[in-house]
This record gives sequence, C-alpha cells and structure tokens, in this order.
Amino acid sequence: MSRIYLFKRFERFWHWAQAALILTMMLTGFEIHGVYTLLGFETAVSTHTTTAWALIGLWAFAIFWHFTTGEWKQYIPSDKPGRIFAMAKFYAWGVFTGDPHPYKATPERKHNPMQRLTYLGIKLAVNPLIWITGLLYLFYNSWGGVLAGADLQIVAVLHTVGAFLMLAFLVAHLYLITMGETLFAQLKAMITGWEEVKE
Amino acid sequence: MAAGRSAGGHRGLGLRPGQSGPANAAALTAPEASEAKASSSTTDHSKLEALDKDFQTGPEVTKACLTCHTEAADQIHKTKHWTWEFVSPETGQRLGKRNIINNFCVAVSSNEPRCTSCHIGYGWKDGNFDFASKENVDCLVCHDTTGSYKKFPTGAGHPNYASKEWPPKSGKMRPPVDLKKVAQNVGPTSRQTCGACHFYGGGGNAVKHGDIDSSLGKPDKDLDVHMDAEGLDFACSTCHRTDAHAIQGSRYTTVAADTDGMVVPGKGNDERATCRSCHGERPMKDEKLNDHTDVVACQTCHIPAFARGGIATKMWWDWSKAGRKIDGKPVVKNGKGEVVHSMKKGQFAWAENVVPEYRWFNGEISYTELGDRVDPETGVEINSFGGSADDGKSRIWPFKVFKGIQPYDAGTDILAVPHLFGKDPDAYWKSYDWNRALSAGMQSVGYSYSGELGFIESEMSWPITHMVASKDDAIACDGCHAREGRLKDVAGIYMPGRDSLKPVDLAGWALVSLVLAGILIHGVVRVFSAIKRS
Ligand code: HEM
Repeated sequence: MSRIYLFKRFERFWHWAQAALILTMMLTGFEIHGVYTLLGFETAVSTHTTTAWALIGLWAFAIFWHFTTGEWKQYIPSDKPGRIFAMAKFYAWGVFTGDPHPYKATPERKHNPMQRLTYLGIKLAVNPLIWITGLLYLFYNSWGGVLAGADLQIVAVLHTVGAFLMLAFLVAHLYLITMGETLFAQLKAMITGWEEVKE
Repeated sequence: MAAGRSAGGHRGLGLRPGQSGPANAAALTAPEASEAKASSSTTDHSKLEALDKDFQTGPEVTKACLTCHTEAADQIHKTKHWTWEFVSPETGQRLGKRNIINNFCVAVSSNEPRCTSCHIGYGWKDGNFDFASKENVDCLVCHDTTGSYKKFPTGAGHPNYASKEWPPKSGKMRPPVDLKKVAQNVGPTSRQTCGACHFYGGGGNAVKHGDIDSSLGKPDKDLDVHMDAEGLDFACSTCHRTDAHAIQGSRYTTVAADTDGMVVPGKGNDERATCRSCHGERPMKDEKLNDHTDVVACQTCHIPAFARGGIATKMWWDWSKAGRKIDGKPVVKNGKGEVVHSMKKGQFAWAENVVPEYRWFNGEISYTELGDRVDPETGVEINSFGGSADDGKSRIWPFKVFKGIQPYDAGTDILAVPHLFGKDPDAYWKSYDWNRALSAGMQSVGYSYSGELGFIESEMSWPITHMVASKDDAIACDGCHAREGRLKDVAGIYMPGRDSLKPVDLAGWALVSLVLAGILIHGVVRVFSAIKRS
C-alpha cells in the first residue's frame, strides 16, 4: 500500500462547501416547490436566496481555480472508449466477483473515466441550467427586453428539472463513491486528501 | 400631516351610549373620559348670533348655516351623498343607491322614509322629493360633534323633534334633539358621524360591508392601524379627503391598481383614497415583498380577515323564509345574540373574522340592473368585477361575497323591487303578502309585476379595504404560497409553492426512484456476492 495526495486543500473545501450548499438548496428548493413544510416558505426562500449567492460565488472561485491550476483538464473525457467500457463492466459485474478495481487514480488523473464524464455533464449541463434559470427566477420582476411578458412557469419548471437532475445525481453519487478501492477509500480521500492505493 | 387630517374637537371623544346608526339602537362603546383637543378652527360656532336660536326643525338650522356657508348646499347637491345616483363612466350604467337592486334590503324605491334615514337630507319620503331644495340639506348629521344628533329611523331623514318611541312598542323613548346645542357645536366629520350611516349599511350594524362596522368607532391598533384611537387616530376623511364636499374613494369606481405614486401637491392626480397615494408603490423594507405589488393589492395581505372587531357581519340573507314566525316568535336570535330569523326579513347567517375570497380586479364593476333578465338556474350576480392576470391593470383583491335568496318576477325573469316599509296594506311588513308588495314596488319604478312570484339565489361582492391589520399580522408568505393557500383558485399566474407542472414532477420523482431502486438492487447483490466470496 502507498498513499497519494489526490485532493488539494482548496479542492476539498470547494467540494464540501458545495455539498453543504447544494443540500441546503435542495431542501429549501423542494420546500418552495411545495413538496413539504420544513422551515416555512418565507425562511425557505430567504435561505435559498442566500445560499444561491454563496454557491454562485463558490462556483466563480472554483472555475477560476480550475483554469489557473490547469485542473480543468481532469474533466476531459477519456479518448479511449474502451476505458469507460471497462469501468462500466466493473460496476456491472466486477464488483460482484471481486475483480480488482480497473482504474488507478493518480494526481494527474484523479477521476475514473465514468466520473470524468458524469462530472463534466454536471458542470456543463446541470449547473448552468440551475443557475441560469435560478438567476432568471431571482430577477423575475426586472425582466425586460426579450424576456418581457415571458412566463415565469417556464423558468420555474426548467429550474425544477435541474433540481431533479441534481437530486438524481446526488443519490447515485453517494452510492458510487463506495465503490473505490475500499468502501470508504474515496470518502476518506475527499476528507484528508490522501488516497491509499495498492502498488 | 396630510391636508385631510382634521384636527377638530371631536378627537378623543368616545362614542356616547346610544349614539348609533338610525337603524340600530344598541349602545356601542362605553363613554370615555374625554380630553378633547382644542379645535383649530378659526370660528367658535357657539359665539355666532345666527346659531343662538331655539331651532324647531333641521331645515331651520340649515338655513342658518347657509347664511355664512353660502355655497355648501350647492356643493352637497352635486354629491352622491345627496343624489344617491352615480353614472358609471366605464359602463354608462345608472347606479347609486337610488337605482341599484341589491340582495340586502333590495331597493330604495317605495321604501323611502325608512331608507332615507341615512340620506344627507330632510324629507325624502317618496318619489317626489325636491332635489333642488337647499334647506333640506342636513348639515348636522355629518358635522355634529356632540354625539346627540340622530336621525329618526323612519323619519325620512329628520331627527325626532319631540320625544318618540323606538323601537315601536318597546316602551323606550328617544328624547328630542337639542338643535341649538348641536348647531353651536358643529365641527369636522368624524368616524362617529360617517359611521352613523356607514357602519349600519344594510339595515344594521356590520350587516353590509364586513370591513366597516361600529367597532371602527374607537378601534385599537390590531383592528385598524390607521384609525387606532390611541395611535394615528385617523378619521374617515383622513383618507377619503374632500374638496367642495365631494369625497374621494368610491365603490362604484374603485381604483384597483393605483400606479400614480404618492400624492404630491401640484403633481399628478391627487384625487385618490388609495393606500399608495400615501405609501407609494414599493413601501416595504423587503424588496421581495415589494416585488408583489404589481400583482397583489395591498389589502390582500394587510387585511387578513374582515369583521375583525368583535362584531359579526351578515353573510347570508334568505328572503324566501320571511313572513313566518318560528315557534310563535317573529324574531329568533342565536346564542351570540345575532338575529338568525326575522319574520320581516327572512333568514340570516353571520360570521366574524371571515377570510375573504380573492379575485382579479381591474376597477370595472357592472351591475345587474332593474329589467335585466336573470336566470333562476344559475342565480344572479348582483355585481361582477372585471379583471384578469394579463390585462395589465388588475390586482388580486380580497372580497366579501354576500349570498342570499331574493324575490324576482318569475313571469318576466327580472329582479323585483319589493315595497317593504309603509303604513299601507301593500307594504310587505304590514300584510306579509309578496304579491302585493312586489306589485306596489315594481309600479314605483315603472314596471308592472306579472303576478308570478319567484325566489332567486343572488351574490354580491364587496371589495375589502378597511380594518387594516398592523404589519405583524399581515398574511405571511405561506398563506398563499402553498398548495391549498388562500389564492388557490386565482388563475393566470405561476406561484411557487402553489403550482407545479405535474408531468415534470412525475418524471422527476420517477427518475430519482429509478436511481434509488438501481442502487438498492446493486447494493443487495454486492453484499451477497461479498458474503459468498469470503
Ligand atoms: C445558482 C443557484 C440557484 C439560484 C439562483 C436559485 C434560485 C431560485 C429561486 C429564485 C427560486 C424561487 C424562490 C421564490 O419563490 O422566490 C428557486 C426555487 C427552487 N430552487 Fe433554486 N436556485 C439555485 C440553486 C438551486 C439548487 C442547487 C437546487 C436543488 C438542487 C434548487 C432547487 C430549487 C427548487 C426545487 C425550487 C422550486 C421551484 C418551483 O417550485 O418553482 N435551486 N430557486
């Protein structure tokens, strides 16, 4: 066994802050949506709005960090489709038969090919969907120009679609991270930065 | 302070016992130790020679008033208070108390001496009243500050000049009015003077409006932030400002969406009795709340309920049940002392703290007029309100919706005018014969009654705008932003918390469930295979 330093301090901070914010937003968002009553509508809205600004701020930082450090390259999809196939096969079969994990993380390539693809999708599709519709929602009363007279419902529904996608991702994500080298290897790595890898 | 804020000697005066509308003899509020503020008027009327007389009748007093206030009668003659008539500039309909048929006491015509105890004049006892008469303007009913001037309920607008029994056969005597004292103590109008009629609309305290009753005589802050007797102490005329005796603010031409900003002297339209004429368009600290003001009327959130002053308002009136006694009694009261059956008027239902109904409203009101065909299958809307989410001039308003059953001419399918009050045998309250009452009533408005009596369900709506709660008691977000909130039936807008697109919700939850199910299955297989391997 050896240890590699996978997640730098900023990365870990960013991950957990984002997790907390998105959880809060999901909880308050679905309350605003009328699914349940938890904080009360008013508090749900004000919390959702405050955390929205926090999240946008965090994202701005994270995007800046990714580009200045070159870490954005972590999300470039693997150019060998076979590798994704190997990952898929491992999740669908190998985990049951006790096959070794097909992917060895290195600081240069932290994410396995499936993770790369999923995270890229979140970053390019789900996040922008949520924050563009979210900002439109927030500034609904100032809509002018092409937006004047547009229906709030369209924005609200697209925002809700984004929220459902995010929720589905979160659920899958929570399970998939248990399929690292060991049950908690990936979780530990995101907490301490260090991942234990077999030689 | 706003120009309309009167500072007369009436301020601080509690309501005197027995000072109540002509229709209601009940005492309202306990007498108050009055620390009347000094009048700011430049005239002390008790020093005027013209008023130092033993007046015998109201018109004599008016003549004395007019010796100085030379234009007052002409001004009054132009107002709805005098004409009881209003021609709607939008619909051209000839409205006003004189013309309208409602579902309370139905109509004025043929019942004048009773109804006109709330007219701003003297002697309107039938269809021949002289509307050009100056001396028949009643100055005192609005300008009394003593609380002792009361029009006699059946006196066609006159107070009683000699001691007189009221209610009939009750043995209770109403003392005559001391006209000299009243005349020497005139002052600005007050909640009491306006309330003497307006609290009692519909024939009794709190009957009609729901947001106007005798509890506003001396309200606390909870009941009305502006009229709060210990606080801002607004008179009616503080908002309903007057110019040449014409009073701003009207139910016939309600300003549903005021976009003219605050009233600034010399700038724009200053003839508005709206919330925004003082508060402006974005008066709240929270900008998110201000964002609501292009959709919701102020009243919708700030008047969480009407009939909040401890006095129930009438919600239902079934005329078809009139004419009979119940267990030998002509009047039946419920446990709270509210009349629920009356031989004269039929059956009633009352309610306190009523949550209004909410609708779009753009200020356009149209009435079902005399002679309009009505359909007994659908019932009749006495008045109906224009407005929608996208006409750009509507706001969501609160309404009292008053329902009942009233007589109509089933032969011609038009609403009927009943002759209720009078000493003649045609009067319903004498003979309890609908056919005679409708014959006489319809004749008085130029219609002939077919002889076929019918009863029709009717509904009349009243925009709610008084009894403004303090801001802590305004409706909170989730009063409306909820699946089953107050605005659940208001169409045309997307409201977070109330609305969602069902297919999207279904698809969303299906996706999440599928992912969960996949995980569960995967997880179970994983655990079993791990056990097997070890
Ligand atoms: C950039 C970040 C975001 C912004 C600016 C934003 C903004 C908003 C706004 C303004 C509302 C409407 C609240 C109101 O009634 O005034 C809303 C509703 C909602 N938000 Fe967000 N939000 C963001 C992120 C998220 C996230 C991350 C989630 C969940 C994963 C989420 C889920 C929801 C949901 C479900 C609703 C209710 C939609 C409806 O029923 O109309 N939001 N959001």
